[in-house]
Order: sequence, then structure tokens, then C-alpha cells
Amino acid sequence: MELRKNYFADQRKDDLHEIGQPRPRSDSPGHVTGKTAYFADRNFPGMLHLKMVRSPHHHARIRSIDTSEAEKHPGVVKILTAKDVPHNVYTILILIQIGPEDETVLADGKVRWKGEAVVAVLAESERAAQEAAAKVKVDYEVLPAVFDMEEALKPGAPIVNEYHGQNHYLYDSGECRKVRFGDVEAGFASADHVLEQSYQSSPIEHAPTETTGCVVAPEGNDRFTCYTNTQAMFFTLDNTSIILQMPGSKLHFVGGTVGGGFGGKVDVIVEPIAILGAKLTGRPVCFVYSREEEMQISSPRAAEKVVIKDGVMKDGRIVARKVTGYTDAGAYSRHSPYGAQKGAGHYPGPYTIPNVWIDTYCVYTNRTPSSAMRGFGVTIGDFALEVQMDKLARLIGLDPLEFRFINAYRDGDMKAHRQPTEGAALIECMQEASRAANWPVAEKYLAMSSYAKGA
Amino acid sequence: MALALQTFSTVKDADAALKADGARYLGGGTLVVRATNEGDVSLLSFVRSTEPSLSTIAVSGGKIRLGASVTMAAIARHPDLSTLSPAARAVGGPAIRNMATVGGNLFAPAPYGDFTVALLALDATVSTDGGDQPLETFLAKRDDSRAIVTSVDFTLPKGGGFCFLKVSRVKPKGVSVLSIAAVLEQAADGTVSTARIALGCMADRPMRAKAAEKALLGRRLTKDGIAPALAAVGEGTSPITDPIASAWYRAQVLPVHLGRLLLGQVAGMETKA
Amino acid sequence: MAKVPVQFTLNGAEKAEFVDSGTTLLHALRDKIGDTSPKGGCHQGTCGACSVIIDGELRLSCLTLAETCNGATITTTSGLSEGGVLHPLQRAFLDAFATQCGFCTPGMIMAARVLLDHTPNPSRDEVVEALSGNICRCTGYEPIIQAVLTAARSNSQHAA
Repeated sequence: MELRKNYFADQRKDDLHEIGQPRPRSDSPGHVTGKTAYFADRNFPGMLHLKMVRSPHHHARIRSIDTSEAEKHPGVVKILTAKDVPHNVYTILILIQIGPEDETVLADGKVRWKGEAVVAVLAESERAAQEAAAKVKVDYEVLPAVFDMEEALKPGAPIVNEYHGQNHYLYDSGECRKVRFGDVEAGFASADHVLEQSYQSSPIEHAPTETTGCVVAPEGNDRFTCYTNTQAMFFTLDNTSIILQMPGSKLHFVGGTVGGGFGGKVDVIVEPIAILGAKLTGRPVCFVYSREEEMQISSPRAAEKVVIKDGVMKDGRIVARKVTGYTDAGAYSRHSPYGAQKGAGHYPGPYTIPNVWIDTYCVYTNRTPSSAMRGFGVTIGDFALEVQMDKLARLIGLDPLEFRFINAYRDGDMKAHRQPTEGAALIECMQEASRAANWPVAEKYLAMSSYAKGA
Repeated sequence: MALALQTFSTVKDADAALKADGARYLGGGTLVVRATNEGDVSLLSFVRSTEPSLSTIAVSGGKIRLGASVTMAAIARHPDLSTLSPAARAVGGPAIRNMATVGGNLFAPAPYGDFTVALLALDATVSTDGGDQPLETFLAKRDDSRAIVTSVDFTLPKGGGFCFLKVSRVKPKGVSVLSIAAVLEQAADGTVSTARIALGCMADRPMRAKAAEKALLGRRLTKDGIAPALAAVGEGTSPITDPIASAWYRAQVLPVHLGRLLLGQVAGMETKA
Repeated sequence: MAKVPVQFTLNGAEKAEFVDSGTTLLHALRDKIGDTSPKGGCHQGTCGACSVIIDGELRLSCLTLAETCNGATITTTSGLSEGGVLHPLQRAFLDAFATQCGFCTPGMIMAARVLLDHTPNPSRDEVVEALSGNICRCTGYEPIIQAVLTAARSNSQHAA
């Protein structure tokens, strides 16, 4: 690898001992010898296996749950339903005051997505738990479901989540997150060309090699050790504390070793119910997703729709940008209200545009709840924005890279959400990309700098 | 009910044990152990036979007999089966090929079962203790099949008349978008005199493309010559939709890949993997 | 519940256990014998994290029943280093930054080990083919391929 040290040379010292030097990873010796301890490598005598009975319907009322046959199944130790969970309705971002609580640990009266957890079965073996789970009888009244964000936002659409009351998250700014900067309509009126395009994406599953799970061991003193592959250790501990109405001091979380996460292991899903199972049985409990559960049940990246309208001048300047973004949260919030909000801040892209209007909606549908994944809230937006940039360049007959130089943000530029730009490096990245990819641009762009305009 | 494995030295005894409710035959394990791992509680016991003939490859002239327990790896490395090697190598990665058997492949639901696509083009015969039947007949009734498959018999065409193609999105290999196998014979003037084409992923199990076969007869393997076959190849198909590809996509690309396979043959390529 | 005896050689040591009939080798190794180096990633034969070497052949322990391994010789990644000295493959994976989350690593090393046993000087294509049943989701394939090629070179230097 070659480091181009000529950029920002005045901002960097080159006499550092650690930075810029290769160092062996501290975890590698464990990985190559097979000694690294992942959560599932913990095994305790008498450990129970937890299997979840899941909703086969996208949207349904639960008329009744009959666990009597399952309870009699050989090897079954405990069966849990909503009434066993101390604080069954929760939402993970409540820790940072983003409510309302809108999700059930175990379904209570209703299911809102296909695969939702309804009944937890704890048994002596995985096989016994699977067999007993097949004997749990749930009587459903199937309800109309909605899978498309635009359908969900129409009047009269089935209400997905009663805790919200409407099929979108209600921000303090109203039905969507809003960014208003300059006068976007005046910008369009003055533009030589206006281009409106719409982009959309499907949910994406992280598919980590190690599936989501945890092993819980009661310590015999009302304290529980939870070996988990969560990516959000203390977030999970605090939410578990709320759900189980148990002081955090009773919970000892051991983790940090994750067999692939990519954002897919930041929800609080397996730990509370496994700890509850360990508490009520006094036995160690293992709850680990099968591969099919990992693919179908664990939250994916949200499906998104992005509508971008740009006003552009013949000389290449973008003078107005209006973006409407839709994030498909699925049936529950999890991290999606935050993801949609991130989009609002991000949508102008790394470009300085004088007139900007952004609305981003977090929409509820009867789909698998979505959540975090590598740059969620902005990744799909970047795809849409950069395809849009190429289309704009083509529209006015400019080289796509030079078009980006013309609009690139630089230090001191005011961003649409009123944050002055600092530490910009887009110009320099594009200069290097131009060289590395042998994509020549005019000399004046190679002379530009992120430091100041007019350079 | 706990699982159990029963091992028998003869196919006859294993056949008898297989009549019990919830019993499934254990070949390489890539289908049935996978099912129990995913929580299929209807499967109550595994039955297997260690009869040596099941693991035997017999080559006699052009006639081949593959015991049902013969693995993909054994076929891939067999010196007399180099023609079939690309089809055997198309199955899984190295570990799967050391386990997956000929018999199991006959039961693999789409998008799996690529080797059976090859066997279908070869017009193979499937044997059980109860008798023999053409593979096509066997596949149609495989869901009700209770007798243990003992072997698969076929004749290898002379002079490189067999070709095979598996299309996947992941390189060097992944699950099939589709697979195609063809056995073609050409007359002295270069026109096609016999054609058998089998398709994978174009239904829930391998199927013959009979309309395309018919459309190839008497035609040369040129772009124009194969055009009617490409136009007809979708006839009677109902491609699967899965995370790899939609039915629509599979239907769209089928004639494209068949064309490449048939024209590749003209260029003297015996096989394409 | 019928328990059946299983007996095999694991990384040079004799092992004997009673397991439930129908138990996978992966389960027997991890939960009975305590060798947790094979990982359960998919239990479907798709990811290769559970790969072990049985009688010289690469196999998936999640789809292999333990009782079918009676009398077998089994190698896992935990048995590769001798006397605290890393095997050349382990050394190469370490030096080449060929691990990230590490979950696929033991399976990758098993697949690579079988390759080098049969093909001491593999081409890049042969390495890619040998690893084609093992999934790395951190997408570190390139360093892994390089590590296997490096291990092969260091092996041949030792032999020379």
C-alpha cells in the first residue's frame, strides 16, 4: 500500500511510533489456533436450549395460545409467554429518550410481522425444544397487512403498530425529519435544468457467519452472566435491565468477541428472554438463532426509497436539491427513526448547494423490523445521490468527475443542516482518484484545495 | 422422539427399516442431517446401508454404473469419468463433494441437484432392489420413493458429445442460477441427429427440454441453426424463485446460456464448467 | 434416549464418548469432547466453518453423524500447532492479516491444510477452488488466499 503524504502534509507528524506502523492484531493468535472463545464455545452442565415459536402470519390478532401439550412433552422445562416478561413492551432507543415503547419481547394479543416471537420453549435438548415448539397451538385471526411504504402512508391503510397510531414515526418536527436551507423553489426557477428521479432498494441481510445468540449462566446469587455476541454490550445490558425490571448490578455481560456483526447484532433480542429463562428455571440457557432465523428474523438493512429533484446550471453548479427519503422500519422502530434522521442530515451529499429541502420519513410496514447495518441511513442515499450526480453530469454534458469538483464542499462552506464544513478532503480524494484511475480532469481541478474557495 | 441412526450391512435390511414412520435414508448427510439441524421434527430416524456395491464405480466399455453412495469427489477424480468431472465438481465445495452422493443428488430440490441434470441428459437408469426405471420417471415420483436407490447406470457418449454448464453468481462457484446438460450427436454433414437437453432450476427438479431437443434435430450448431431451439427452450418450464434469482430472471437467461453452451460445443469445447 | 459409543483419534489422541444416536460430529466435538475450534455457522453445509479433516478428507462436521466416525482419524485446527509452535498455515494467516472476526478461520485453515497435503505448490486458482466451500463474511478472501500461498512457499523452503 502506498500512502500519499503530500496531501495535508502540514496537518500530520511523521515521527509517530504506532500510527502508520503495522502491528499484529491482538486477537489473531486465538483465531488461528481455534482458541478464541465465542459465546457458543461456553458450555455449562445442565444447560437448557431455547427455541422460539414464531408467527406464521404478517399481521394477525392472537385469539388464544395453548401450551398444554407442549408442556407435557418429554424434556420440556419451561414455557414462556408475554405474561412472564416483567416489562414486555420496550424500545431500544428509549435509553436516549427516543420513544414510544412499541415492541413486545413476546407477542401479546397481536403479531405484526411474519416471524415475530410468540412463545419461548426451554428444554433439555435442542431437539426436545423443537418438538415441543411444534406442539404449541396459537389461534390467529389474520389481519390485512401492508408491505409497501407508499401504501402504508395512504389514508385508510391498516395500522401496523398501535403504539405509534399511524404508519410513520412522529418526530418532534412532525411526520418527518426536515431540513430547510435557502429557497429551494426559487432555486429550481432559476435553474437551467431540473431533474427528478426516484431510487429504491430492498432489505439487505448482514448474514454474519456466526448467528445471533447468547449463553446465560445463573451465578447462584441472583446474578446472571450472559455470554453474548452483541455488538452493543452496555446498550443491551441497560435494555435488559428495563425489560426484566432487574438492577444492572445483577447482570454481568461478557462479550466483545463477535463472529461477524456488520450492525446486525445491535438489537436487544436474545439476551432478555434467555436471562429470564435462566432466572425462572435456575438453569443455564442457550438461545442461538438457526441459519434460517438469522436470514429471516434478524433485522436487515431497511428498504429505502429516495426521490431526488435537482436544479442545475449549464456551468455545472447545482443550485437546488429537494430530497424525500423513506425508510422502511418494518413493524417496529428499533434503530430506524435514527437511521431516517441520519439520512436527513446526509442527503445533500458532500456537495455545497445553496437551496436545500429534505424530508425523511420512518415508515412502519408488516415486514421484518429493520435496523442498523454499516452506515445505515446514508448508504442507500449515497448510492442514489451518486447515480443522480452521474445523470446530472450527462444532462449538461460535463465530465462526471469534473462535475463533482465544481460542487464539492470545502472548509468553511455552510452545510444545509447549519453545520459549517471543516476537515473536508473530498477535493484531494478526487484528485488522487483521478490519478489512480487514470481519469484525467482539467488542470484547474488539480489545483483546487479543500482549504479555501477560489484556490 | 430422539433421533436414531440404524446401520445395516445389506440394502435389503435397510429397505425394510426405511418403511418405519419418519425414517429417512442417510447418504452423505447433506440433505437429511441438514433437515434435522434446521428442526425438521418429522424426521425420526436415519437409516443407512454399508453394502460395498453402493460405493462402487464400475466402468465397462462406455457403460458406467455408479453406486448410490459414490461421492462427487470420487467421480471428479476417477480417470475414466473425466467427461463427468465438471458436473461432479459443480456440486458444492470440496467438503461437500467428499460427502454428497449420487443417490442423494437425485433427491436434492432445486436449486441443488446439478449432477442429476447431467444424469438426465445422459438418459440414466435408476436401480433399486425393486427394479430399474428411467431417471425421468424416477424424478417424477421421487417424493413418494421409499426404496433405496442402489445405483445409476448410463452410457457415456463417444467423442465429446456431452456438455455441461452451471451458472452461478458467486465465483468460483455458488448455488445455481441454472444448470444445463446436453448430449448431442451430429451426422457427417454436421447436422444434429440426436439431442437430449436437461435443465436445472427450471422446475422444482431437473427436467428435459424436449421442445428444444426437437427444434435442434437436423439443424447445424450455428447461431442461426440453434435459434429455434433457443426460442423453444422455455417451453414447459416453471423456473424457481429463490434468493439467488427470480423465476423471471431465470427464464430470461436460459436461452442465452443454452446458446453459449451449444455454440461452445462447435468451438471444440467438450465441457464448460 | 439411546446413547451410543463413539471412539476416534482426535489430533493424535484417543477419544471415547457416549452420545445420543443421531448426534452430529460437530456437537460431539464441541459439547462432549470440548474441542470448540470447529464452529457452527449454518448447520446446512453452506459456510464451511465446521470443516474438519476425517481420514485425510475435508468434511463438514455439522452434517456428519458422530457414530459414523468410529475408528476414524480426525484433525481440527486446535490440533495443528505442536509444542506451542504454530503450523506454517497458522503463522501465515497471522502474518498476512488473514483473520478478521476469526469465525471462519479454523474452517479455512482445515480446507487449506487438505489442499497443501495433496498439492504442496498450488496455483492461485487451486487455492481459490480449495476454499470455495468456506465463507468469509468480513470479505477478507484476498489476504486468506495470500496466506495459503505464503504457507505453501514456506513449506517448500523447509522441504528444500
